[in-house]
Amino acid sequence: MAKSTSSDAQMLIRSLRTAYAATPTNLKIIDLYVVYAIVTAVIQVVYMGIVGSFPFNSFLSGVLSCVGTTVLAVCLRIQVNKENKEFKDLPPERAFADFVLCNLVLHLVIMNFLG
Amino acid sequence: MSIFPLAMARNLGLLGFLALIYASLSIPGAAVIRPINEAHRSAALELFVPTHGSFGSLEETYEALRTFQILGVEKSAEISHATCPVIVEKLESSSSISKDLFHALRVNSILGCQIDARTFEDVASKLQAVIKDTNSLLDFHYAVGGLLYIKDQGINVILSDGDGTFHSIKALSQSDGRWRYDSNSAESSTYAAGIALETIAGVVSLADKVVDESKIGIVKNDIVKLFDSIKSYDDGTLYFDEKHVDASEYKGPLTTSASVVRGVTAFATVASGRLNIPNDKMLGLAKFFLSIGIPGSTKDLFDQIESLSRLENNRVSIPLILSLPSTVLSLTSKDQLKVEVTTVFGSAAPPLTVRMVQASRSDSKGTPVLENQELQFDSENTIHYLDIIPLKLDVGKYTLIFEISLHDPENTNTYATGGRTRLMAFVTGSIKIDKAEIGILESDAGNSETLQKLDLSRDSTLSLSANHLQKLRLSFQLITPLGHNFKPHQVFLKLRHETNVEHIFVMESSARQFKITLDFLGLVERFYYLSGKYKIELTVGDAAMENSFLRALGHVELDLPEPPEKAAHPPPQPVDPYLRFGPKQEISHIFRAPEKRPPKELSLAFLALTLLPFVGFLIGLMRLGVNLKSFPSSTVPAAFSILFHVGIAVVLLLYVLFWLKLDLFTTLKGLGFLGVFLVFVGHRTLSYHASTTAKLKSS
Repeated sequence: MAKSTSSDAQMLIRSLRTAYAATPTNLKIIDLYVVYAIVTAVIQVVYMGIVGSFPFNSFLSGVLSCVGTTVLAVCLRIQVNKENKEFKDLPPERAFADFVLCNLVLHLVIMNFLG
Repeated sequence: MSIFPLAMARNLGLLGFLALIYASLSIPGAAVIRPINEAHRSAALELFVPTHGSFGSLEETYEALRTFQILGVEKSAEISHATCPVIVEKLESSSSISKDLFHALRVNSILGCQIDARTFEDVASKLQAVIKDTNSLLDFHYAVGGLLYIKDQGINVILSDGDGTFHSIKALSQSDGRWRYDSNSAESSTYAAGIALETIAGVVSLADKVVDESKIGIVKNDIVKLFDSIKSYDDGTLYFDEKHVDASEYKGPLTTSASVVRGVTAFATVASGRLNIPNDKMLGLAKFFLSIGIPGSTKDLFDQIESLSRLENNRVSIPLILSLPSTVLSLTSKDQLKVEVTTVFGSAAPPLTVRMVQASRSDSKGTPVLENQELQFDSENTIHYLDIIPLKLDVGKYTLIFEISLHDPENTNTYATGGRTRLMAFVTGSIKIDKAEIGILESDAGNSETLQKLDLSRDSTLSLSANHLQKLRLSFQLITPLGHNFKPHQVFLKLRHETNVEHIFVMESSARQFKITLDFLGLVERFYYLSGKYKIELTVGDAAMENSFLRALGHVELDLPEPPEKAAHPPPQPVDPYLRFGPKQEISHIFRAPEKRPPKELSLAFLALTLLPFVGFLIGLMRLGVNLKSFPSSTVPAAFSILFHVGIAVVLLLYVLFWLKLDLFTTLKGLGFLGVFLVFVGHRTLSYHASTTAKLKSS
């Protein structure tokens, strides 16, 4: 049975992979961006774990910048995804413009809080 | 003379203060009366200081100039430049009231400004009109006074209705000799009486026909009644004051007395015959003005000097002041008793003799020491003197009573000599200190062999030691130059501990000597049980003693028992008050320890590590096959796209600058402009992109 579970897992992963390969390129770009942001956040948390949270505002602004931009990217992905029936009538350029604007505002606040 | 500076050393404190009170109580509170002298002239120069060439208002200018004129100081040249134009303006102006004209004419009488006769005649007619119409005392005073000054300038001024004016002024008088200011006011005032008498004197001298003798007589009676209300101080000075003190109008005894003196002397000048005022009252008034000394304000100095100048030669009686130029006579320097008799301004008196009726010691109420000594006259220095050495006066404080007798009997009415004058004087001398002995005795009867002789003419450096069972004994005799026993005011023995705790003992005197026995057994508690070295100091002093002293006698080593639990602690000693200006204790501040920062290499390593994911992102993008195919090819949309991307880059650059050095407001300002630009450009780009995608789809 272990073999079947491991082979089940392998089959699951393979099917995920093939399914993922079918996603449009622009969604993959957004996913890559999200991964990038999360990894950056994790590295910052590890750093804080090592040296302590002395300039706590800097730590927060760094982590929240990554988290915030992740959230905005996820929103963009939802809105741009053609299979999503809810946002059928929203042109993707409009979503992208919202994404850019919100990011700029987020980063203004982050820069102010960075100190 | 005085040993008070010695005794007032800080450490004698309370006892010195008590001695001062005793000494001052034995003087019956009289100010020393001396005629006007150089000190008044200096005071006038100090008080009356012109600012920008003038003394202020014309009234103040008159006060200053008149005081300087009486004291013989020349000030007219300085003042006339700034003041004459003011006077001319006041005299020529048609809106000046009688008060302004009066003050202007007064000042002009001293300065002598260039004013032509026509102006004076106009002012004279104005003042005559005021006299006809008014019934206020002050208006009469200003108008009549002004007319008198104009008459002095050589203009012919006649008061047409002298009797009528006289009646109007007399109508305001009251039965007690005081005057009211006008017919409406109910209150009468002594100050107003002085003004009224001066004005009546002016009316009498200006009137066209001679005023009736009976009217003069009525005014003389008023003056007598006014003098009945004179008040006196304990030292024989007399003054006038208001009956009721009305806060707004109250002028004080000096101003009121000055006003009455002015009025009475002016009236005495114009009235024929004598005024019935006793000589003693004129002398009392003169003494009042002199006893003020040197006043502190300009108005008081003017009142004092001007009244005294009126008294100096007046037609009632001229006061003669008897005073002592020096109240301390030293037997050592063989001083003579000198007495001066002068007028109030120090001018020579008529020929007279001074007799010392009685000289008695101030502290004894018994028989006088001297009686009926006639003083000799030194005509060179105009001083009456008496040699006191042959009279065998011992040191001490004396009350001397003098009497003046004028040589010419006709002068008795012209001059006021004042009967008997009491004055205080000190006779000082060098006191001999004899048979001084000091020693430590056992508590049982000690023998005098243990006492050692002491020379109190200089400091000693004795070294005694005692325990609490022994006694310290000090004795000496004080002999006056004439060989009598002397009892000074202050004979103190002081013991001072190393810690500056002091104890003062008063020495008692028996018939022949001063002695003190300090029984340490009884004093142990008073000394706070402090053992150790005590410095000994002896103070002997008196006002009549020329060689008062404070001697350090050495020290005594005291061995006292241990203090019990409940013993009082010695009082804390005063700290030098200047210590607080020295350097203070160093303060060590405690700062917040700075946070531990990580090593620089670790931080840099993680910086590099944080940038790695970005590299990974770029690699991932390339792997995904990112391309710029849908970048617009035609120029205008391309330009907009480029501008869009450039705009975003600039905003990010602005953020970096914001982090590095800009502040929020500048950033927001920049962001505002960039945001508008970006929105516009982005809209164009994205809508173009959207339209091209839609076209592709539809095709």
